[in-house]
Amino acid sequence: MTNFLIKGGRVVDPANNLDGVKDILVEKGKICAVSDRIEKDGVRVISAEGKLVLPGLIDMHVHLREPGREDEETIETGTRAAARGGFTSVACMPNTDPPADNAGVVKFILSQAELTGCVRVYPVGSISKGLRGEELSDIGELFEAGVVGISDDGEPVSDSNLMRRALEYASMFHLTVISHCEEKALSSEGIINEGYVSTVLGLAGIPAAAEEVMVARDIILAEMTGASLHIAHVSTSGSVELIRRAKSKGINLSAETAPHYFTLTDEEVRSFDTNLRVNPPLRTVRDLEAIIEGLKDGTIDAIATDHAPHSVVEKEQEFALAPPGMIGLETAFSLVMSELVDKGVLSLEQAVAKMTVNPAKILGLDAGRLNEGADADITIVDPDKGYTVDAERFASKSKNSPFIGREVRGMVETVIVAGQPVLENGKFVLEKK
Amino acid sequence: MEFREKSKIMDGAAIEKALIRIAHEIVEKLKTTDDLIIIGIRTRGAYLAERIVDRILEISGVGVPLGILDITLYRDDLTAVASQPVVHSTEIPFDLTGKRIVLVDDVLYTCRTMRAAIDELMDFGRPSLVQIAVLVDRGHRELPIRPDYVGKNVPTSRDEMVDVEIDEVDGKEQVRILGLVEGKAGK
Amino acid sequence: MNWKRKDLLGLEELKKEEIEFVLDTADSFREISTRAIRKVPALRGRTIVLFFLEASTRTRVSFELAAKRLSADLVNISSSTSSMLKGETLKDTIRNITAMEVDLVIVRHGMAGAPHWLAREIEPGVVNAGDGCHEHPTQALLDMLTIREKKKKLEGLRVAIVGDISHSRVARSNIWGLTKVGASVVVAGPPTFIPPCIEKMGVTVKYRVEEALEGADVVMALRIQRERQGKNLIPSLREYRKIFGISRERLRLSKPDALVMHPGPINRGIELDPDVADGPQSVILDQVTSGVAVRMAVMYLLCGVGKEAISRQLSAVSKKQKAESL
Ligand SMILES: [Zn+2]
Ligand SMILES: [Zn+2]
Repeated sequence: MTNFLIKGGRVVDPANNLDGVKDILVEKGKICAVSDRIEKDGVRVISAEGKLVLPGLIDMHVHLREPGREDEETIETGTRAAARGGFTSVACMPNTDPPADNAGVVKFILSQAELTGCVRVYPVGSISKGLRGEELSDIGELFEAGVVGISDDGEPVSDSNLMRRALEYASMFHLTVISHCEEKALSSEGIINEGYVSTVLGLAGIPAAAEEVMVARDIILAEMTGASLHIAHVSTSGSVELIRRAKSKGINLSAETAPHYFTLTDEEVRSFDTNLRVNPPLRTVRDLEAIIEGLKDGTIDAIATDHAPHSVVEKEQEFALAPPGMIGLETAFSLVMSELVDKGVLSLEQAVAKMTVNPAKILGLDAGRLNEGADADITIVDPDKGYTVDAERFASKSKNSPFIGREVRGMVETVIVAGQPVLENGKFVLEKK
Repeated sequence: MEFREKSKIMDGAAIEKALIRIAHEIVEKLKTTDDLIIIGIRTRGAYLAERIVDRILEISGVGVPLGILDITLYRDDLTAVASQPVVHSTEIPFDLTGKRIVLVDDVLYTCRTMRAAIDELMDFGRPSLVQIAVLVDRGHRELPIRPDYVGKNVPTSRDEMVDVEIDEVDGKEQVRILGLVEGKAGK
Repeated sequence: MNWKRKDLLGLEELKKEEIEFVLDTADSFREISTRAIRKVPALRGRTIVLFFLEASTRTRVSFELAAKRLSADLVNISSSTSSMLKGETLKDTIRNITAMEVDLVIVRHGMAGAPHWLAREIEPGVVNAGDGCHEHPTQALLDMLTIREKKKKLEGLRVAIVGDISHSRVARSNIWGLTKVGASVVVAGPPTFIPPCIEKMGVTVKYRVEEALEGADVVMALRIQRERQGKNLIPSLREYRKIFGISRERLRLSKPDALVMHPGPINRGIELDPDVADGPQSVILDQVTSGVAVRMAVMYLLCGVGKEAISRQLSAVSKKQKAESL
């Protein structure tokens, strides 16, 4: 384990209200010192002048597809994609095959991450057995096996009583329940957002209400149970409003959105590009503006990617047949920089908080900050470097990104996980954690 | 490509005279106007045919039926669609079987238009005779087709153009030979 | 203007001039169907594929007839004969079609956007013969041709479209087409049949059929799919007929010479009463005739443009020929 000194970078560490040019000394995998000027002989120096030095980014919502769909992504490729995007930790959703509804699968994921992953992997266990929405999973066993939250993501928990019990039961382990809010009876056979675009294209619509009805229900259940609720991938203005009101009432909940909900709208779908099919669907400009407002005022705590790899075979189909989902790990940070920070929506500190300390808090992780003594998970970014998103450069096994070809700014250069450089100057230097 | 006038070979009076002569020749050569139908090829041929019908009426007192052919759909160069205005319909509201037909066009050149016209005509019945009348025969035939009535024979070279203008379409009456402007010949 | 498109995917993207160009061309093509020999050699040696992945006899037959009257060679792939049923993807089928060196593909598909995707993937031109609930451009063009023939104009007419607008590609294409040429369109149906924000397409919405019919020059009824009942979009066909069915009496609200249209097949006694469907104001059979002319025009124009590159090379020659023939 090498020791090194990161010199001259602008350190942005929202957890410690820190934003300034600092040196960071890393020893034995831990952050040893953060100070204005550190001089030390005999350690490797990483020059970070003109760069941003951030706590390693945390993506609290990804789909790594292993076990089950290793043709689309594996823990190895998914974590490489994460590293390329500046993430040192990812929380992976349980809708694998078999699903992470038992300790065995969770342990498999953790051991696979140990063997092949290059960033930290935190499994999320399922709420219900087989994600069928009928019986609770063995949440205690999942907890013991190491899950950081529970969710049936991919599917909503339609049964309100099951959701109630999940919230109650999980609270015993201080596990957050991550809810994919979708009222299936309303989203029905919907393909895209219900609105003018669905009217023009003749594609069945998914009304905003399909999400909002469930957000409202879950808020009521969170209030009733006092348990910790997290709303995944918030996409509508109504959801933002419901969450804002719930928070002002002091209800214990948090929320995330994904970069596509503050960068794209359903207007884009007119191209019938299947990479734009995602669930929840891309919404209207009004929703996009509300999401941005929610990010700004803190209603939305976290930015997560909902990285959902799909094979070319599955995406090269009729729009209505293509499975929903897009990859996002490798574009998220640049999109946040280009669309939120550059445009003055969020300060750099706010933006970084939503990708580090906030998700860490929601999941109860001891990560996302540059405290002395903390694990040295560090991301160094060149904030001024612009580039064009290029599918050829993706480390992910899948290429289903609608952002390919887009001009963005903010290039991840160096990623350090537990004091080990994984990525240096944009190149992988260590394949495994 | 840019063209410039080389010479004017017919004016309005000359065109009129040529058409009167053609009308006379038709009546003379075919002996009677029985079963005679004049069919013009769109666009200018149609108007010229109409004038010939008028002249025949003056000469013989008989109103000969007039038909109009649009040969666009019979052309062998469909590829030109993108550079063409809208297709017009053919107006031949009678059976041509057993009829004697004079096809009228403004210029006879490669004969491809005429071939298309003859092909189309055959889809309207089985005429007993088909003859050709043109205002200008400029030579360079590529098919074994020969005119029966010619307003004027004009020897031309292949890089020249014969430009026929008539009142109904162009607002003036003249036939000119246009030559390529030197140095502006594009590929 | 000149025709420049290789594909006809919808009327949304067409300009007013283009719509009128197709209608004018179709007008000229009507005459061919009245000849002793109902055939012209315009598309001799061209190959047209009819790729129908959704059952439809009338549209297929109309395209087939149109292709034959233009002397094109025709290949018919319908869902029952297609290997797509055996799990072949649309993409494979597309690749195979392309390898066969065809000139034009007419595609009918149950899902919106499928022809658009096909058009991006293959070189030959693509005609959308109906994609899901999205567009059915040739149907709207034939409707417009029929109206224009009967009314001698389209601009300023009031057209009422009654029925399940949400699930109707015919309605969508007609709305685009008719509003572009200056007709005013009123749509009517129960709110469950009216998709959100449809006013933005330039139409007026009425929930009472009587208000929609009032003063209409054209009344277009849409087929009510029987399976809509089960989805709670309407309580019953009986109730639909009662509230929205077009009867002789209701038709009196529109202009005395109003045209009655229907894209077919008709549920007689549901959306249209039999005496209206078969009455003197009905132009439903004229629509069928117009269909062949419109499809001939579309095939002719798209086939002619497909090889534009060659045409550019030949432009020197064709200019001279034009000077000769015009
Ligand atoms: Zn989800
Ligand atoms: Zn997800």
